[in-house]
Amino acid sequence: MLAIAMPPASAQDETEKAIEKYRQMLKEDPWSNPGLLDSDRGEGLWKTAAGPNKVTLEKCDLGQGAGVVDGAFAELPRYFADAGKVMDLETRLMWCMEKLQGISHDELVRRPYPAGGQPVKDLGAIATYVASKSSGMRFAAKLDQPQEKAVVDEGHAIFFRRQGPHDFACATCHNESGKRIRLQGLPYLADSKEAKQAVGQWPAYRVSTTQVMTMQHRVYDCYWQMRMPELEIGSDVSVALIAYLVKNAEGGEIVTPGLKR
Amino acid sequence: MRNIAIAVAILIAGATGASAQQKPAADTAKVDADIAKAFPTAPADWKSRFEQDETTKECSINENSPPKPVAEAIGKREKARIEYPADGGLMGDWQSGEKLAQSGYGLRFTDYPARQTNGGNCYACHQLTKAEVSYGTIGPTLLNYGRIRNFSEADTKAVYDKIYNAQAAYPCSNMPRFGTNKVLTIDQIKDLVALVMSPDSPVNK
Repeated sequence: MLAIAMPPASAQDETEKAIEKYRQMLKEDPWSNPGLLDSDRGEGLWKTAAGPNKVTLEKCDLGQGAGVVDGAFAELPRYFADAGKVMDLETRLMWCMEKLQGISHDELVRRPYPAGGQPVKDLGAIATYVASKSSGMRFAAKLDQPQEKAVVDEGHAIFFRRQGPHDFACATCHNESGKRIRLQGLPYLADSKEAKQAVGQWPAYRVSTTQVMTMQHRVYDCYWQMRMPELEIGSDVSVALIAYLVKNAEGGEIVTPGLKR
Repeated sequence: MRNIAIAVAILIAGATGASAQQKPAADTAKVDADIAKAFPTAPADWKSRFEQDETTKECSINENSPPKPVAEAIGKREKARIEYPADGGLMGDWQSGEKLAQSGYGLRFTDYPARQTNGGNCYACHQLTKAEVSYGTIGPTLLNYGRIRNFSEADTKAVYDKIYNAQAAYPCSNMPRFGTNKVLTIDQIKDLVALVMSPDSPVNK
């Protein structure tokens, strides 16, 4: 309705203003954020025995020692010697679900994201819980180990890699300030200033789909739009892109679960 | 178009120094291998989407600001890939063009089996008509495009070329190569040319 009634720039402004007002209200009354329902569910799941091994995730090491959740997200992605890989939050949670709880990798990657309007799946709810325990902190992933630097560089290359029938790359939409697709504003993610504002909001509650979307899901959805096949959760490509984005957002405030249109 | 050309020129001039120090040390063979592994459910006939041709490879490595000789080589190569209608007519029906400009349908993994023909999705990135206020800004405005150019034949051909293969005139343009990559048919491209260049089209009203 806004789009029809007003010139586009101001319609975009009005929508953004309305969402900004909603964000402000959530700041004043944080308990009204719908994403917190999933965060609470995630906390419950973290402490609930599950999988063939019937154990909880409370011994999962997110990088700060077994079971430490507070502040863990703020220092991810990172290299994990036990896995021999750089992992972001969701990939690390999958690793713990596989190694501690005995859930098969195939099962974890099969259908990791909810359909429109459905609540975020268990893995995403746990990720939302863990991320929320770094809310108010700043991105401080060091990413200075050789393995970590290589992954950030790879993410940078993938960000600019054009492919598929439309020749699209992440950079097609996210390499300039102030651009839009239709009326949707696009963050300039290769830029530290805008990356700082955008990346720290994920996992975020999306008003348009009434569900929490995680960062892995966000990247998967971009590849859908780029006319690529289904990007596997926890793949080297998604982890590298997330590492690159978090590196660009270094020092930015984490305000998750955020609120997106 | 001119604004874009100037912007591209500035980008090229400005980016040579900056991108030299920022460019990742990533191993492109590893990137290619990781891309090929990252979409395990891809049907066999989708695997070509992982691959790059010489042009997309150059544009990726140079972050869409290729050095001049590379840009010239891209322009030359892509120009040679433009195919024209057998009867030589470049203008179709602007009303069909408007529908194509509105439609973003096609080639996503949720678009199979195909329920309609592929769209051009022009409004995603361009302003075209006064009536459609929901337009994107990645590309320049095309409002009054034909009228400003007196509906000239040369510009009509340039528009056809641009839609068929944007990289012929603008190497590493963000715009898809709709004809060369078989996203749109020649007849669909003619309809879009009419939308931009026909005096009757709302683009020029």
